[in-house]
Amino acid sequence: MKLLNRRLSALAAVGLAASLSLTACGSDDGDSGSGSGSGGGGGDVAITMLPKNLGNPYFDTSTKGAEAAAKEVGATLEEVGPDTATPDAQVPFINTAAQQGVDALIVSANDPTAICDALEEASGAGTKIVTFDSDTDPECRDLYISQADAAGIAKAQVDLIAEQIGDQGEIAVLSAAANATNQNEWIKLMEEELEANHPDIELVDTVYGDDDDQTSFDKTAALLESHPDLKGIVSPTTVGIAAAARYLSTSDAKGKVKLTGLGTPNQMRQYVEDGTVDAFALWNPEDLGYLAAFAADALASGDIEGAEGDTFTAGELGDYEVGADGVVLLGEPFVFDKSNIADFDF
Amino acid sequence: MSVDTRTPAEAATPAPTRSYAAYSRPLWRRALMTREFAVIALLLVVFFYSNAQVPNFDGPLTLYYLFLDITPILLIALPMTMIIITGEIDLSVASTVGLTSVLTGVLHQDAGMSLPAAALLAVVVGAVCGAFNGFLVGYVGLPSLAVTIGTLALYRGIAVGLLGTTAITDFPDKWTDLATERIQEGSSYPLVLLPIIVLIAVFALLLHFSPFGRGVFEIGLNDEAAHFTGVDVARTKLILFVLSGAVSALAGIYFTLRYGSARGDNATGMELQVIAAVLLGGVSIFGGRGALHGVVAGVVLIGVLSSAMRLEGQTVNVINIVIGLLLVASVMSTSLLSWVSARTGGKGGPRALVRRRQSATEPRKAQA
Repeated sequence: MKLLNRRLSALAAVGLAASLSLTACGSDDGDSGSGSGSGGGGGDVAITMLPKNLGNPYFDTSTKGAEAAAKEVGATLEEVGPDTATPDAQVPFINTAAQQGVDALIVSANDPTAICDALEEASGAGTKIVTFDSDTDPECRDLYISQADAAGIAKAQVDLIAEQIGDQGEIAVLSAAANATNQNEWIKLMEEELEANHPDIELVDTVYGDDDDQTSFDKTAALLESHPDLKGIVSPTTVGIAAAARYLSTSDAKGKVKLTGLGTPNQMRQYVEDGTVDAFALWNPEDLGYLAAFAADALASGDIEGAEGDTFTAGELGDYEVGADGVVLLGEPFVFDKSNIADFDF
Repeated sequence: MSVDTRTPAEAATPAPTRSYAAYSRPLWRRALMTREFAVIALLLVVFFYSNAQVPNFDGPLTLYYLFLDITPILLIALPMTMIIITGEIDLSVASTVGLTSVLTGVLHQDAGMSLPAAALLAVVVGAVCGAFNGFLVGYVGLPSLAVTIGTLALYRGIAVGLLGTTAITDFPDKWTDLATERIQEGSSYPLVLLPIIVLIAVFALLLHFSPFGRGVFEIGLNDEAAHFTGVDVARTKLILFVLSGAVSALAGIYFTLRYGSARGDNATGMELQVIAAVLLGGVSIFGGRGALHGVVAGVVLIGVLSSAMRLEGQTVNVINIVIGLLLVASVMSTSLLSWVSARTGGKGGPRALVRRRQSATEPRKAQA
């Protein structure tokens, strides 16, 4: 009996110790990480970068730009984020930023309103809020770094598809999530642009791939199935256009159904080179992150307040002015095609 | 409840009293040498370690956000504990959260109902969802794993089908503020903690101090034996799944109000977080064993770990890995303990329990 009890207690103790050392390990790693981070940077401003989700090449690129900017101004920048692009997964990271009392938070919103309360709490704790890529309601943040003028983006995509299909026929849109702020605004403006200037083009369907590669791939297949006369697809999302191109490149519709939209050069390179895609547009997400970090630093160090007309300098990108509603515009979208795609690597 | 709640042990008086007495340990030992106590101890150690070592963990916002984050998981873990103790499982809970969240939004905005009325109807729908599971499991006799995998997809499908992937975000501030309201200005404790404490008490009474609860444990140990001792197995399971559906609906309403957003993809994947917390809290996945205080500690432990590791700047992947390893370690330690005790003829594991039963009933047979 005594022997047994002793063995049981010993086992329980070992188990407990094992789980403890496990958690302790995790914490130790974090300690050294954050310690060296703040030591190495040496700047006063601490910035947290919160993309829609981690492991997304687009946001990896924007974070790269933000890191470069943070280095230039001597701020520390930490990237955090959920593994799924949903607002309820994003909120705990906003809360954590508030707990840490970081000076500025750069966030791409998964939902315009769902993260507002959390952002307001962070703002109340003294954190400056900069949205980039996808905005929240304007009252929830200090600044929004806009990739490009929404009308400009919509027009660029409509112009591209109109040129590629000879300005007539059926087209469809393959979007990301149905409540993605930016996507919906572009689609609305594209519809207006089509109606005003391209009467022979008919937008027959809008489908949503939820920024998931497989879903987007399947939706592309379903689009071609349900619209046999389809002449073009516009996919204003980098995940969507790559999945659609992958589907088209191996189907009979390759070269017949035109595809354009917003993509990254590295994802689209092979499809441009094999003739599946003629041309597509985008801004430079690295510049976007770079500009967002400069804006965050300017806000946090009190150089600007985020009011309309405030101006700040964003390193090699030059001078920027805050527009109405606290929006800062990066610039016009850029068109990639066979002639120039080799010059880009992101 | 007209359930005959005598356990075999009770039925076999007075011999078992003697045999239990022979095996029994001092009360302090029985209270402290349990899985539940190990989880509580681990929770305290992690909490105080984080408080001392993790930057900003001792700040005023930590507990507040911690409670807000664990609220839906804690809610659903309560009925889930009872369901797993009966040897069943409910995988459809997070989908029910999504469905009732969407319903609250649709009924409020499109059908023009007041928010309390919409919420009440959502709870009814949640209970109906649970009743559908419970009917198939209890009365038709289908395995709950298969049934609730099906309804996991079904309820989520309806939720996303109702709204597409859009969200309803137009809720009155007085209701959305309620979800994040503090007990008093500047306090670390959200108001929502109060109803949760009441619910924990209700579920603890139901599971540990009521005839119904004893029936739940009996079903988990051996549902045929439970049936023959007079437990209405089918009805018990139905009631548990209805409770699970209704409580998931409460979590759905909480989600809607906390984020001010009714979305079909709310709480995606949460069923696994709930089940992980329940198992971490010492409930046996094979049924028949578990206690609510362990589950509450398990939920809070996962919450504290996540919060501390986020503050440390760990990515969500690292957090998942640590919690996953912890869960595996905790399940392994249980198996190890019962294996050791079975090998050494001890009294910890399920085999020892069976032996104890046998030794309890055998003398009586001999007398008869």
